[in-house]
Amino acid sequence: MDIHEYQAKEILSSFGVTIPRGGIVYSPETAENKAREIGGSKWVVKAQIHSGARGKAGGVIVCNSPLEVAQATDKLLGKRLVTNQTGPEGKIVNRIYIEEATDIEKELYLGLVFDRSSESIMVVASTEGGMSVEEIAKEKPKSIIRSKIEVAVGIQSFQARELAFGLGIEPELIRRASETIVGCAKAFSELDATMVEVNPLVISKQKQILALDCKMSFDNNAMFRRDKVSELRDKTQEDEKEVYASDRGLNYVSLDGNIGNIINGAGLAMASMDMIKLAGGEPANFLDVGGGATPEKIVKAFKLITMDKKVKVILVNIFAGINRCDWVAEGIVQALEKIEIKVPLVIRLAGTNVEKGNKILRDSKLNYIEANTLEDAANKAVAALKK
Amino acid sequence: MAVIIEKNTKILIQGFTGKMGTFHAEEMIKYGSNVVGGVTPGKGGQKHLDRPVFNTVKDAVKHTGATASILFVPPAFAADSAMEAADAGIKTCVAIVDGIPSHDMIRIKRYMRRYSRSEKMTLVGPNCAGIISPGKSMLGIMPGHIYKEGKVGIISRSGTLGYEAAEQMKNLGIGISTSVGIGGDPINGSSFRDIIEKFETDDETDAILMIGEIGGPQEVAAGEFAKENMKKPIIGYIAGLTAPKGRVMGHAGAIVSAYGESAVEKVELLKECGVTISKNPSVMGETVKSVLNGKKI
Repeated sequence: MDIHEYQAKEILSSFGVTIPRGGIVYSPETAENKAREIGGSKWVVKAQIHSGARGKAGGVIVCNSPLEVAQATDKLLGKRLVTNQTGPEGKIVNRIYIEEATDIEKELYLGLVFDRSSESIMVVASTEGGMSVEEIAKEKPKSIIRSKIEVAVGIQSFQARELAFGLGIEPELIRRASETIVGCAKAFSELDATMVEVNPLVISKQKQILALDCKMSFDNNAMFRRDKVSELRDKTQEDEKEVYASDRGLNYVSLDGNIGNIINGAGLAMASMDMIKLAGGEPANFLDVGGGATPEKIVKAFKLITMDKKVKVILVNIFAGINRCDWVAEGIVQALEKIEIKVPLVIRLAGTNVEKGNKILRDSKLNYIEANTLEDAANKAVAALKK
Repeated sequence: MAVIIEKNTKILIQGFTGKMGTFHAEEMIKYGSNVVGGVTPGKGGQKHLDRPVFNTVKDAVKHTGATASILFVPPAFAADSAMEAADAGIKTCVAIVDGIPSHDMIRIKRYMRRYSRSEKMTLVGPNCAGIISPGKSMLGIMPGHIYKEGKVGIISRSGTLGYEAAEQMKNLGIGISTSVGIGGDPINGSSFRDIIEKFETDDETDAILMIGEIGGPQEVAAGEFAKENMKKPIIGYIAGLTAPKGRVMGHAGAIVSAYGESAVEKVELLKECGVTISKNPSVMGETVKSVLNGKKI
């Protein structure tokens, strides 16, 4: 789960990280007052969407008066911002963060992620802040320094100090820099985060160490014990169909193609998408109804797929184990009594009682194309598209 | 002797009296697995499915001599149950449950560092289908009848894609020595590398089919290990050719976030390690067959 910049800043601030003064607004009306309340003579108006690279997309505006702040807010609110991370449809701006402008002396990069090979938390830092970590890795790989946090004991002061010195930070600022790194590491461990990124982390002309832009992601599997973090979820930033799916226990990812698919199990779903591609088609989605493929889940899956106007063919591929094909087939028949399908439907069943399952489908009034193997199913789906 | 579990391996069900625990315990018993009892805290002393229920894993081990367990406890309590099993001397523990926080998985693995290599429990999963040695024992939730007895070892992150492979092989008359579902989470109890190493020394395994997917470094780590240390042939398939970067594809661990984690890159890196790649998921069985017949493809 992702959260907004201002939410990440509030969290990190409570862990001892210094952030510039700022506040959130939802209307141009309140923006002017908010700017006065923050004080100073220069402000940055920042669109809050779940994406990086907002600056390049016009989502960050520097203003010299409270009036300009109101105008900038007016310009951004309600707009769909398209960045290189949002896809062509962009993301809606419903919240604006207003922040005092910072006199930047130096921009640094600080990121924390799970390192899957060492199974620990990896701190990544660089003197080349402001660029994405991918760009830094490509263009200035030598500037990157890393430190592994032993999860059982948490980050140690010396590790934070080593990183701070490694970034070439002047001696008077080492303590604050270390506290900032320790704060980020504690927030990571204590809140079940999967990613914390401060980019840039800046040294201001006034010699303050400030988190100028922050990003945090959290482990969906741990949200049961993180009520406060869960509340920060903003569904307006997620794909409508993906929200519908995740609220109903389905794993769904919206894609660009036109062959919709309903599959049980994440690995089989990815494999089926790959077969569609190899057969010359493009999948419209990834959808895993879960290993069990219960009739209720199948009904929900058909509802979801029919919401997607791009879909021109539907491919159902279920490997029934303990749940048996005959039972799955009955689920499909029941589902399609409730939902009308206007596009060709290809069904491939495999596993336990496959003959019985196929017989139930054949004896039903369903208008569908039967397939036997994974390859057969993908070929028939692509062929149906061309008709 | 099969790898990891044997015909008579004594099995405990943790979360025995719950709906999931009951259903799958019955399936395992029907298959012929030696289920000797189970654990549900607070229900010790009762009988369930004609087998004793214990309050703690230690009690259960003491009274039954069990060496394996399978977890059907909710994600919030799964880490605690796995550590309890390790501490009670269980040698093989399968965590079926989907949804264990990554921080908890790391905690379990750090906790297990207190045991010496010979005393250490093998944890398989979480978010997996479990282990089956066809004709001997099933410590998992798979449909046992699709697995034919034979000499190919299977390791898969995905459950249903592993079933798909087992069925393709059965249709071609190829059997399986042991199939291990290592699960779809970012941090697994056992990695591909851990399991191929066991297969290398297993008399009953001639070749290994490794079914991976996008995300994480472990398929390539296994390939590199195999290149240096293994003689048995490995066949590989990687799912997720069409998966977009940075998106989680159902499995919490199926996300491309670094170089070498996409399907195309993994395939290339595995080929360099001498792994024979199944060019699509529909020919996993055929690819295994041609490798067994000594054909180059």
